[in-house]
Amino acid sequence: MKSVKREFPLHLMLFPGIVIVFIYCYIPMAGITIAFQQFIPVKGLFGSEWIGWDNFKYMLDMPDIRDIVGNTLQISVMKIMAGLTVPIVIALLLNEVRSLFFKKSFQTLIYLPHFLSWIILSGILIDILSPSEGIVNQFLSLFGIKPIFFLGSNAWFPFTLVASDVWKEFGFSTIVYLAAITGINPTLYEAAVMDGANRWRQTWHVTLPGMAPVIVLLATLSLGNVLNAGFEQVFNLYSPSVYESGDILDTLIYRIGIQDAQYGVATAIGLLKSLVSLVLISTSYFLAYRLANYRIF
Amino acid sequence: MNLAATRGARWFAVGNYTFLVLLSLLCLFPIIHVLAISLSSSTAASAGRVTAWPVDFTFASYDYILRKPEFLRAFAITLERVALGFAMNMLLTVLCAYPLSKQTYEFRLRTVYAWFFVVTILFSGGLIPWFLTINATGLVDSIWALVVPGAVPVFNVILVLNFFRGLPKEVEESAFIDGAGYWKVLWAIVVPLSMPVLAAVGLFTLVSHWNSWFDALILMNFPKDYPLSTYLQLIVINSNPLALSGQSLTEIVEISQRTTRAAQIFLGALPILLVYPFLQKYFVKGIVLGSVKG
Repeated sequence: MKSVKREFPLHLMLFPGIVIVFIYCYIPMAGITIAFQQFIPVKGLFGSEWIGWDNFKYMLDMPDIRDIVGNTLQISVMKIMAGLTVPIVIALLLNEVRSLFFKKSFQTLIYLPHFLSWIILSGILIDILSPSEGIVNQFLSLFGIKPIFFLGSNAWFPFTLVASDVWKEFGFSTIVYLAAITGINPTLYEAAVMDGANRWRQTWHVTLPGMAPVIVLLATLSLGNVLNAGFEQVFNLYSPSVYESGDILDTLIYRIGIQDAQYGVATAIGLLKSLVSLVLISTSYFLAYRLANYRIF
Repeated sequence: MNLAATRGARWFAVGNYTFLVLLSLLCLFPIIHVLAISLSSSTAASAGRVTAWPVDFTFASYDYILRKPEFLRAFAITLERVALGFAMNMLLTVLCAYPLSKQTYEFRLRTVYAWFFVVTILFSGGLIPWFLTINATGLVDSIWALVVPGAVPVFNVILVLNFFRGLPKEVEESAFIDGAGYWKVLWAIVVPLSMPVLAAVGLFTLVSHWNSWFDALILMNFPKDYPLSTYLQLIVINSNPLALSGQSLTEIVEISQRTTRAAQIFLGALPILLVYPFLQKYFVKGIVLGSVKG
């Protein structure tokens, strides 16, 4: 009894947070039942008609659902791969730089786009990639290349997404990798030099193995994002002419659910996505724990 | 060491520096280019004569935007959102992180509470139930819709609770012996000792509230209630100035001009650019605290 009284202030501190999380995270979880209803807002969750799996059948019958799942996977896997490898290369190159001032300035510059929203970055991209007046196509025309519609052609759109995502995010991972390199015991390098290893072999036999735990960690954690191809980016950059190559699950859910107000179908698609993500995120945390001894707390 | 190796190393160093300098310029150039366009005359901009430096330097675009009531109103809404959101997020982060940082023998339900929060990382109801819930609680069209539903940022709670755990136990224990309770210890000892992590988390919170736009797009029925980033989404990305009622055709042409768009983009990014030097410093600490421990 005494301990209940002693612990009381701790419960009290958690109370407001618990209430808010319950209302805005747990009640929506219960709201997934909408996926099995012909949901009509005025009738509410308990008044709407139950229609079993009809919303899921409707989803499977949508003509472009396969393309959209394919786009989502293609874009996110390309982003994950580029997002893992580019920073490794840059961190290794930056590690060869002696000047501390240069290192710091470089990190500061490449890290800046991470903090700007996709609204700002999309505004910039739309301007510089414009086929008529954008500076990128102006530059390409110097070499006799015809204007490329980076945001309007299905051949280019996915790569524009991946490249601009790397632009925004590679600074973050580069800094994480550099921190890992800094943590490598310097005596390992001394031993390697004694054994006659040059810079290249030192990189291969000391630096890369030293980074391995962090690489494994970031790789496993990115597994949870396989179905997140980047809603904010795609939504601000796409247009109907690139739906074929750029429409993803999240943009589809938005159009069906918010614009067309087909709540049942949109919730059904969202539910399937959440369930797959649940498996992926749990697996990624489990793997990160086993392989890199990572714990969220 | 032979001569060829050192010469090779020198060539590598030159190539490496050149590559990295070019890369960083490439990262920065689009932002500089847009700034240059916003400071150029619209004829120079549409003729494609602007690269990294303004041509026919003028503040006309900024002058025009800063006198536009829609822009100023959106800016004011963002300030309100950032202030309210910052206060709520920080308060709730500290209040949730402190009990969760306790060991199970001190706080027996700790693990249960921790899982209550972790589950929200693993699973969510998705867009539609989220929207309908906020709608049902009556927050739609009010500023609180942008602040209350996300008032407990679980990742920040985890970051802060990990820091709390790393604090020396002895300080807290001596305060308990002196008769202080949990509330007193939290505010008088734990929070002052945790300023580095709170500064880092506080800066993220400011930036994320400044940058958020999607929630307002869904939760606000009228563009007059949009914060700045959602307003920019409408004007710059969607190019839909008609959505803002009561404007003449000439005004619409002016809004969608390239220089005006550029100036609005730059003004939207400016506060981030101003706090960035501080962010950068704290964020490196935040990464080290958060993702690469153990």
